[in-house]
Amino acid sequence: MSTRTLISPAQLARPRGKAVYWVTFAVVVGGFTLVFLGPLYWMISSGFKDAQEVIQTPPTLVPGSFEPANYTRAWDVMDLSGLLFNTLYYAFGALAFQLVLDVAAAYSLSRLRPVLGKAILGMMLATLMIPATVLVVPQYLTVLDVPIFERNLLNTPWAIWLPSVTNAFNIFLLKRFFDSIPKELLDAAAMDGASPLRTLWSIVLPISRPILGVVSIFAIVGVWKDFLWPMLTLPDPAKQTLNVGIYSLSNGVPVNVLIAALTIASLPTLLIFLIFQRNIMSGLTAGGLKG
Amino acid sequence: MSAPSLTPSKAESSRRTPPRAAGDASPGSPFAKSLRRNLTAHGFLVGAVLCFAFFSWYPMVREFLLAFQKTEGGEVSWVGLDNLRTVFNDPAFWQAWRNTLLFTVLALVLGFAVPFAVAVVINEFRHGKGYLRLLVYLPVMLPPVAAVLLFKYLYDPGYGLLNELFGFFGLPEQQWLQDADISMLSVVIASTWMNMGGAALIYLAALQGIPGELYEAAELDGAGLFRKIWHVTIPQTRLILSLMLLMQIIATMQVFVEPFLLTGGAGPEGSTTTVVYLIYQYAFNFNNYGAAAALGLLLLVILAGFSAVYVKLSRAENE
Repeated sequence: MSTRTLISPAQLARPRGKAVYWVTFAVVVGGFTLVFLGPLYWMISSGFKDAQEVIQTPPTLVPGSFEPANYTRAWDVMDLSGLLFNTLYYAFGALAFQLVLDVAAAYSLSRLRPVLGKAILGMMLATLMIPATVLVVPQYLTVLDVPIFERNLLNTPWAIWLPSVTNAFNIFLLKRFFDSIPKELLDAAAMDGASPLRTLWSIVLPISRPILGVVSIFAIVGVWKDFLWPMLTLPDPAKQTLNVGIYSLSNGVPVNVLIAALTIASLPTLLIFLIFQRNIMSGLTAGGLKG
Repeated sequence: MSAPSLTPSKAESSRRTPPRAAGDASPGSPFAKSLRRNLTAHGFLVGAVLCFAFFSWYPMVREFLLAFQKTEGGEVSWVGLDNLRTVFNDPAFWQAWRNTLLFTVLALVLGFAVPFAVAVVINEFRHGKGYLRLLVYLPVMLPPVAAVLLFKYLYDPGYGLLNELFGFFGLPEQQWLQDADISMLSVVIASTWMNMGGAALIYLAALQGIPGELYEAAELDGAGLFRKIWHVTIPQTRLILSLMLLMQIIATMQVFVEPFLLTGGAGPEGSTTTVVYLIYQYAFNFNNYGAAAALGLLLLVILAGFSAVYVKLSRAENE
């Protein structure tokens, strides 16, 4: 894209303009790489240092010692496989619940237009106005003793899955996308005798792939990054997420092993991001403001 | 709780279709038709609505009730404004608000201005935009525990990299998280690094929407670089800037994870105790849910004002 920006093309074409451009460019690229990639490099390389080197001053830029065993030790000592499995289990469970229930709700609100639908949508959107942290205490009490069902969801995956459905932003995003599907398409399906479920499954969902991708990534990353809620609702160390598990073990292990554990915990979301960065970026800038 | 099956199987949909199709064909009364249509529509809604009812709407009501109740040994009693009084008389109350305000102001100076400047600079480049965008957003994808503990390690007064850098430039070494005067600043720096990616991307998208002719016109009037930013870039992105400003205020006033992980919550001499950390302490350390709810309500009232303005502005933007 070559849209006109702050600095005019004519100015850039001049030799002086060119020089300034390339110098600024080099400084910015260098600076950004240092600031944003530097700490990550530091983390990964420190994971390879031995216990002595990791706390030595001055610190070494290139590890002088090489101990990949830190990574296997972190894996074993902190039971990272267990924590990783838990996190994946919660994240994909939350994803499944959000995809089924939020998509169904958004479809109903957008296309089936039930009685009181507007009011229900309004009440859902109203939850966006309440600061999340304010609700943590009453939500926690609800999880301790769910009214009517009288169940205690502490230490169960339901404590993560069910509240994850209450994502008004997702429902709003999905509804707006469903609203934009041409009416004729759905009318044709109805004419052929397709039930609402069939229409959703065979027509709406295939068209909605991009938005479903964005919602899915946000759902998974949301669980992956959450800290306070899983810390409160999953006190059992065997049931914890990576975030909480690493935090609660962080004082008991040597620094180099801890840093290796941090690297391992960071890899999955970084990989998701690198693979899906196009979708994530477009999703962010498309609907990012209504958070 | 039984959720509807994840994948409506072929068998299921074909089993359902015939009777409904037959039903539609038969001439039912308009009332029966509308009833059936509504039943289907509400059927699709019921799962999400139940989740909202239990985990959003009911807790919202409960928050209000809790703020005026006391629970002792399973006995719930109404205590009126007692909880609010407890909260007000806590010496940590004013400190927590001062700290939270300090965090918000610092986070606005850093976390608001820096991403905007970054977006303006990236937008000027003809090369490497994708790479720079990727870099800025990278930390957002880290689990907060990894990012925060990494910073704890960078801040370490003994072997931390930051003091090493300071020494290299001849600056005095700092105690970072252990010094009550700069502990909050240290928390804000880490927090900005972790979170600025999202804001920068949104600004970038907004900048791309500015018509180039406006810059040309400004140049004809003899405007330099900074006047162009001041008179074109900022006015053209004003609405998004104000929305982001409000969102940042709402988000930063609720800060919890960063101080909790970096300094254990309170920090040296309570210098990083925030309002939400205080709520956490009341509820989960002192088991005083009433006081936690009262303080939460106070925070809610303050933030609701910002939220209302936000909703008004974003409606204007959508139109």
